[in-house]
Amino acid sequence: MLKHLLSGADLDAATATLILDTAGEMARLAGREVKKLPALRGRTVVNLFYEDSTRTRISFEAAAKRLSADVINFSAKGSSVSKGESLKDTALTLQAMGADAVVIRHPASGAPHTLANWIDGSVLNAGDGTHEHPTQALLDAYTMRSRLGRVAGLSVAVVGDVLHSRVARSNVLLLATLGAKVTLVGPPTLIPVDIGTALAPGTEVSYDLDAVLPTADVVMMLRVQRERMADSYFPSAREYARRYGLDGPRMRRLPDHAIVMHPGPMNRGMEIAPEVADSSRSTIVEQVTNGVSVRMAVLYLLLGGMDR
Amino acid sequence: MAYPQAAQPPPVPPPSVKVILTSAELARVVDRIAHQILEKTQGAAGTVLLGIPTRGAPLARRLAARINAFEGIDVPVGVLDITLYRDDLRRHAVRAIGPTDVPAEGIDGKRVILVDDVLFSGRTVRAALDALSDIGRPSSVQLAVLVDRGHRELPIRADYVGKNIPTALAESVRVTLAETDGADEVKLIGGPA
Repeated sequence: MLKHLLSGADLDAATATLILDTAGEMARLAGREVKKLPALRGRTVVNLFYEDSTRTRISFEAAAKRLSADVINFSAKGSSVSKGESLKDTALTLQAMGADAVVIRHPASGAPHTLANWIDGSVLNAGDGTHEHPTQALLDAYTMRSRLGRVAGLSVAVVGDVLHSRVARSNVLLLATLGAKVTLVGPPTLIPVDIGTALAPGTEVSYDLDAVLPTADVVMMLRVQRERMADSYFPSAREYARRYGLDGPRMRRLPDHAIVMHPGPMNRGMEIAPEVADSSRSTIVEQVTNGVSVRMAVLYLLLGGMDR
Repeated sequence: MAYPQAAQPPPVPPPSVKVILTSAELARVVDRIAHQILEKTQGAAGTVLLGIPTRGAPLARRLAARINAFEGIDVPVGVLDITLYRDDLRRHAVRAIGPTDVPAEGIDGKRVILVDDVLFSGRTVRAALDALSDIGRPSSVQLAVLVDRGHRELPIRADYVGKNIPTALAESVRVTLAETDGADEVKLIGGPA
């Protein structure tokens, strides 16, 4: 098993499948009266969040607590970071406190890789800049498997702001490893030209959502990052919603079994219509539930065994 | 110039293998435990059999099948994976966890009989007791094992024992079952030839 989880590319098919299987067992434990397991008793997990996050931080916190680990939450606001402490000094502080694992979210791509060189414990990437978010890709794969029975052979359309999306990058890597066919869909300004060949050969690119929908098993909508709207990647929010938003009529063009995913937080009425978000095809709430099980599996598999 | 040859260790003789239970004997032992369970629990009412993976699970199913054959009672059977409750998790590479499958009626107020293949240190059973207490509150817990090989490290004993085998610590007991290994047999490996 791995020591760190930094990228979707760290996982081969066997390891990814082991994580998904373990997550399945963890999910069954969530239905019991006592949801706590003693597997990580005495271990310390630090949530080191340099960016705002609700679901990822809470999800990691719930996962670690259900495995009986001690959780320390660190958010950059109101900490010594606002006094100018560097990532390295923060890392050394955590190291000195005996952190067995650090879950890090950072606005700079590559920060978790750098951190992994400084500390002895495991590092879990919970989102770095526009780079990667591997546990999101794992929970997405888990959701596909639980809804559709498999991942291999599925046609997955990833729609929206691929350029800035760490969710898209990790998903492309992991889904290719697990044998799914990924098509990236969005306006040309938001899809890097060489992204398919750079990440996983076989990844396709399309600028026409309507052409992709009839053959998609999974449509994964990405959040339009409003904070980047001023950079004129597209003329207006309304035009974006018209061309790349998933509304009711578009949803009805999907095959009957197809599911609609969204990593959240979503902009209702922008990339996804409320009618779609609340439909039975939508897995948005399931994804949050599955996130806890998948993160429990990852924490157990990284920390449950012998120290290395 | 050639490097001097490293001294070769003396060849290790293959460990001795002694068959303790053949397939037919194993079947008779399972029958006897099934009868003992019926006798000691006054007809196995309110009883749940929980097998501890890997080989406790098929053993529990066999016991239930034999109880059904003798008395026509359906005893609920389940599987209890104890991996996450082990006290030696940090001494080994990480272990994959297996399925836990508790009968739908639950274990609250029931007599739970844990079923395992070999009783040795008692640490597996301790972990199973911890796991049980997180699932519910049985009225009582009993333990059935195919082989008791001694060397307990915890104050634990079995209520139903298929066969007591006095062993040395250096020896190992190997149980194979048709469901998991293709054939029924119990062997003692590594004893004095």
